[in-house]
Amino acid sequence: MALSQAALQAFYDALLDDDAENLYERLPCGYLTTTPDGTISKVNETFLRLTGYDRLDLVGRRTFAELLTAGGRIYHETHYAPMLRMQDKVREIAFEVVKADGQRLPVLVNAALEYNAEGVPILIRIVAFDASERRSYERELLHAKKRAETSEADAKTLARTLQQTLIPSTPPYIPGLDVAAAYRPAGAGDEVGGDFYDVFQVGKDDWVVALGDVCGKGVDAAVVTALVRYQLRALAVQLPEPAEVLQALNHVLLKQGTDRFCTVVLLRLRHVDEAWVISMSLGGHPLPVLARRTEPPTPLGTAGSLLGVLTSPAFHETNLRLVDGDALLLYTDGVTEGRNGLGQFYGEARLRASVADHAGSAQTIVDGLLADVLQFQQGVPRDDIAVVAVQVPVNA
Amino acid sequence: MDAVARHNVKLSGRTGGQPILFAHGFGCDQNMWRYVAPVFEDEFRVVTFDHVGAGASDLSAYDAQRYSSLSGYAEDVLEICRELDLQNVVFVGHSVSAMMGVLADLADPGLFDKLVLLCPSPRYIDEDRYVGGFSEADIDELLESLDSNYLGWSSAMAPVIMGNEERPELGQELTDSFCRTDPDIARRFARVTFTSDNRRDLPRVTTPSLVVQCTNDAIAPVAVGQYVHAAMPNSSLVLLDATGHCPNLSAPTETAEAIAVFVRERALAS
Repeated sequence: MALSQAALQAFYDALLDDDAENLYERLPCGYLTTTPDGTISKVNETFLRLTGYDRLDLVGRRTFAELLTAGGRIYHETHYAPMLRMQDKVREIAFEVVKADGQRLPVLVNAALEYNAEGVPILIRIVAFDASERRSYERELLHAKKRAETSEADAKTLARTLQQTLIPSTPPYIPGLDVAAAYRPAGAGDEVGGDFYDVFQVGKDDWVVALGDVCGKGVDAAVVTALVRYQLRALAVQLPEPAEVLQALNHVLLKQGTDRFCTVVLLRLRHVDEAWVISMSLGGHPLPVLARRTEPPTPLGTAGSLLGVLTSPAFHETNLRLVDGDALLLYTDGVTEGRNGLGQFYGEARLRASVADHAGSAQTIVDGLLADVLQFQQGVPRDDIAVVAVQVPVNA
Repeated sequence: MDAVARHNVKLSGRTGGQPILFAHGFGCDQNMWRYVAPVFEDEFRVVTFDHVGAGASDLSAYDAQRYSSLSGYAEDVLEICRELDLQNVVFVGHSVSAMMGVLADLADPGLFDKLVLLCPSPRYIDEDRYVGGFSEADIDELLESLDSNYLGWSSAMAPVIMGNEERPELGQELTDSFCRTDPDIARRFARVTFTSDNRRDLPRVTTPSLVVQCTNDAIAPVAVGQYVHAAMPNSSLVLLDATGHCPNLSAPTETAEAIAVFVRERALAS
């Protein structure tokens, strides 16, 4: 198909317009050539237009680095120039060119170093793209990133602070009993877990040990954990039997309307006639382990309903008179559900074996178990771990 | 972790030869010495290393407290020397590492036989009548420049840089990571480098020293090189034809020659 005369003419005109000279001068980005030490030897119109310099101000008189801000010059000397020497090219370097009027022009620079036949560097070609809008966008991104990092750090601090309020601030102590406890948050401990424990006195020779696990993590779970912990304290003062306390707590949780359930083991310890008598009730919680000097460690108690789910839950009570050397270990499922690299659970058998291995004092049992469980999970627990042990001293 | 592994120390040259230790400056890594260090291999035991936070050093060893001043870096130099049992060392420090050499020499007098200060500056920021070449605002600008240019750095890149154990001499991986590191470390190193002031340390150095100064160095101007030379009682000054701040890359032959003449001086005299 033949082109019309007019179209053909337009085609030739366009060709003429785009000769090599125009291609260079009107390239839609700044284009400079410098000697290897940076002195500008050639510069295109676009760069002059962008920066407001006269060709005579630059060619043979200024180095490219001299057109940059002082900070940019340092970057040029310490990063850009070495990279260019080492790699023969650099890409996407952000600089600000100081224009003839003192204003700054953010640019993105690509450059290439060229050699002669003998391998001696002879010139550097530099293209500079106007990046004003991109730079302000990047600045916003940087600010957003910094804000996000600050928020993250704040959130971690908040999580740790909050966590500290969910367990007693001092090691638990009951006169005449040997008590030890440990708490270890999941993972790196950046999130508030739902595990808690508490040891407090309700009367003369009358103590309560509570340990539990609110489902979920984070602030929502922490709110429920705090509620449960304080309710237990309030209810234990009014109600003598642990099963009654759990009934009342279940009622509170249902009334609260939270969809978070929890598990609790509640222990009441009374010192009567030179002996420690316990009554214990469980709400959806793993059975504690009783370790007596004469027998291998065994689970103690009767399972009860999860708290905060059923309108008519069932809680049972176990009563036991402790003898010298008896130890009772309360734990959350972070212990037994810890997994190793093969996906195996730590499980109750390992738990009982660990208790037997570390028999001695409440502290040796707690420390030994925590070390075993952490080692089983290569030091990074998948879930929170809370452990409390009470032991009747042998010479009591 | 031991210093040799922490700093990705590379040994070459003559076993049993006098040790010559090359310390790179702010910005890149020990590859800065690629064209200069080999010149000394016939005669010397050549040691190069990366500062913690640079090149293939162990980034996890970066301790913000230790590296909040140049003394921490100087301590690293001493640890490397101790671990390799180096004695009678020729220390060659480029840029900010020149002052690390000064501090190391003062901390352990006698360890260094000679000091070569390549493009040194004891103080980058102008103060009263002292002209370092920069203002506080310039340094803030540099930090901003670092921020803009580390946008492409992501934590995903860290393993590439850190796990680069068998660095092929001219491998792609190497050139990609050259001059790149954790932006937070780069910022801190920049701040330490450009806000330090070692002017008072210079007169206390008695070890024979050579100040190697470039023509037209935007970071350490000739006047600063002259200042260093004047302040160090046992120093000489060489002005290179080379321009810029990294003659070890842009003019390696001239740079190596200047160093070689100085370190061989006594050998000839004795």
